[in-house]
Amino acid sequence: MTKRKKTLRNFWVIVAITLFCSLLNFPNELPIKIHFKNINLEHTFYRPNLNFKIGSFTPIKNINLKYGLDLAGGSSLLFDIDTSGVSSENLPSALESLKNNIERRVNLFGVSETTVQINKQQDKYRLQVDLPGVENINDAVSLIGTTAKLSFKGEVEIPPEATESATVYDLFAKDTGINGSHLKRSSVEINTKNSQPEVSLEFNDEGSNLFAQATKELLNKRIAIFLDDYPITAPVVQSVITDGKASISGNFTSQSAKELSAQLNAGALPLSIKLVQQSQIGATLGQDSLNKGIFAGVVGLILVSLFMIANYGKLGLIADIGLIIYGLITLSLYRLIPVTLTFPGIVGFILSIGMAVDSNILIFERFKEETRKGKDWNIALESAFGRAWDSIKDANTCTIITGFILFNPFNWSFLSTSGMVRGFALTLILGIFIGIFTGVFVTRNLLRVFIREKNKN
Amino acid sequence: MNIMKLRPLFFIFSLILLLSSLFSIIFWKFKLSIDFTGGTIWELNLPEFSEDKIKEVFSKSNLEVKEINFLGNQNYSLKFNDISVEQKTGLDKTLKELYPDSKELKFETIGPILGRELLKKTITAVILSSLFLFLFIGRRFRDLSFGAGAVLAMLHDTFILVGSFSILGHFFGAEFDSLFVTALLTTLSSSVHDTVVTFDRIRELKRQSFQKDWVSLANEAITETLTRSINNSMTIIFMLASLVLLGGTTTRWFAAALLIGVICGTYSSIGVAIPLVLFFKKYSKKK
Repeated sequence: MTKRKKTLRNFWVIVAITLFCSLLNFPNELPIKIHFKNINLEHTFYRPNLNFKIGSFTPIKNINLKYGLDLAGGSSLLFDIDTSGVSSENLPSALESLKNNIERRVNLFGVSETTVQINKQQDKYRLQVDLPGVENINDAVSLIGTTAKLSFKGEVEIPPEATESATVYDLFAKDTGINGSHLKRSSVEINTKNSQPEVSLEFNDEGSNLFAQATKELLNKRIAIFLDDYPITAPVVQSVITDGKASISGNFTSQSAKELSAQLNAGALPLSIKLVQQSQIGATLGQDSLNKGIFAGVVGLILVSLFMIANYGKLGLIADIGLIIYGLITLSLYRLIPVTLTFPGIVGFILSIGMAVDSNILIFERFKEETRKGKDWNIALESAFGRAWDSIKDANTCTIITGFILFNPFNWSFLSTSGMVRGFALTLILGIFIGIFTGVFVTRNLLRVFIREKNKN
Repeated sequence: MNIMKLRPLFFIFSLILLLSSLFSIIFWKFKLSIDFTGGTIWELNLPEFSEDKIKEVFSKSNLEVKEINFLGNQNYSLKFNDISVEQKTGLDKTLKELYPDSKELKFETIGPILGRELLKKTITAVILSSLFLFLFIGRRFRDLSFGAGAVLAMLHDTFILVGSFSILGHFFGAEFDSLFVTALLTTLSSSVHDTVVTFDRIRELKRQSFQKDWVSLANEAITETLTRSINNSMTIIFMLASLVLLGGTTTRWFAAALLIGVICGTYSSIGVAIPLVLFFKKYSKKK
């Protein structure tokens, strides 16, 4: 009796999971139009809003499937980072500010889901920028590759009658010709005399000359520094500076000095980058491979389902239901984790459907053997599940070992850290676990319920 | 069924496969894709295509079109040594003038270092997986011959897959690209998966009748798991065959590689892994 209760409980758990996953995979909008003789039915179903909150935590934020660049179309750029000019202790902060800087520029594109990553591969650092939907690669390269607009503007006299309507741009209208590319670096220093934090600037040769000229002309006036047309500071020139090294003093706290210095550094790229790889995929091509992949997957799925029914009859039908649940759970996890779907990922998914039925085939073959020995349907089935479990466990552990080595969870540099191999490994590992769940737990409980019904009659 | 009687036949068959793979790898090498050689691939939709015209356009900019492939639906893939972003901006204009209806599908420039890194790391992953699987299977079956048999069968499959891609590249232009590396990794896992299922049956039979000799145990285990092996491979083959036939040009060779890997894996469980285990057993007994 308790066993039957357990089976029933498991059955409802399976039903609940299936319903929940179907809900997650329900299209945002599903218009249904039926016009048949005098039946006219038109209704659009919407996916219910799943953005519920637990406290301030939203468990399900965005459940749209994420497509990689090869499917969604877009641009991907890979830069080599030249780290030779930076000492190893300054490197982490330089890389961080490089990343922030590039992110700020990339955001100017206004596309969502851009990714900026810094990868280390054997002492070499690379910057990877993915821009889904951006099809003009030339724009992308020029925007990212060039320095942000950091400009130095001098104060001009404003006639007294215009002071009220004058904007900051009118006040600082004198272009000094200095921009971000002239700035080598900026850092925070503590003034030895009054122990106040100061922000130091260091210009390159051309910048030093321009800066010397500007400080000569603007002595005792203010120079404003604009970052992308936004004024960030306007110190007064206190002396003519010819060596290209200046410091901005003022009422800085160490925090505000750090912030300013970071902003200035963001204008000047802290490390120079060189484009080594670029790819651009038109949206039509991506859509085409996606459609063909889905079509192939559906055809394959139908073939596998028919094969299972042809070979194992009713058992095969239950396995097919398990397979559908497998597909629903996998897609739901892809949405929730989220797993970015790429082309190899889809092939991996399609392949994993083929592999997911493996546990069922193992069990059913075992079941056939047991019934041949003259065992009762019920007992044969239970012992088939029990005996096949050993093989399923060992065989899948082997696959998981390979999967983990490929996924490289500890970021070992001698193994691949490339997104492609990792994405593949993730789909592989997910496929194994879900496959065991649906192949063993789901089919077993469905069969038990099914057998009970049969015995009643 | 006395399948193990066929051991010499399996041995010769595998030897032929391995040697022809080796031959092809040494003499025909691979048709490496730009993932490994570096270079540019430009895929375009060109409604009125003429090879001479295209080559002329690019030679004006001192670019040699190394290869033109027809992808179907007026889509063409052009291969170059390396096109920079600046060069491309100019070429875009010329192309638009010549073919106002042309559409760009894909533009990709890759440096050669990345592919080499990927290859090196893949080989490391294969070695590491082999080691771990050897230890795991050896432990699970309390017998290192099983570990060695499974891992050697896996390497046998990997090598034949690499070799067959060299042959396919030589005759049909199949490219050795990063997708192929993924297929290779899949073969690693599916090959061992299949082998372990058969091994497991041997272990189970041994428990029931431990006085039986290994050869007849192996025969019995294979007979009992053969249908499963074939049926399971069939489902995977259905999936892959539909990808090869319906999945578009980019998928074709990838799916073909997976197909070779799966078929090889099913064969090697019976034809390589188990004979090797029996060989190790015989050898250790003599000692």
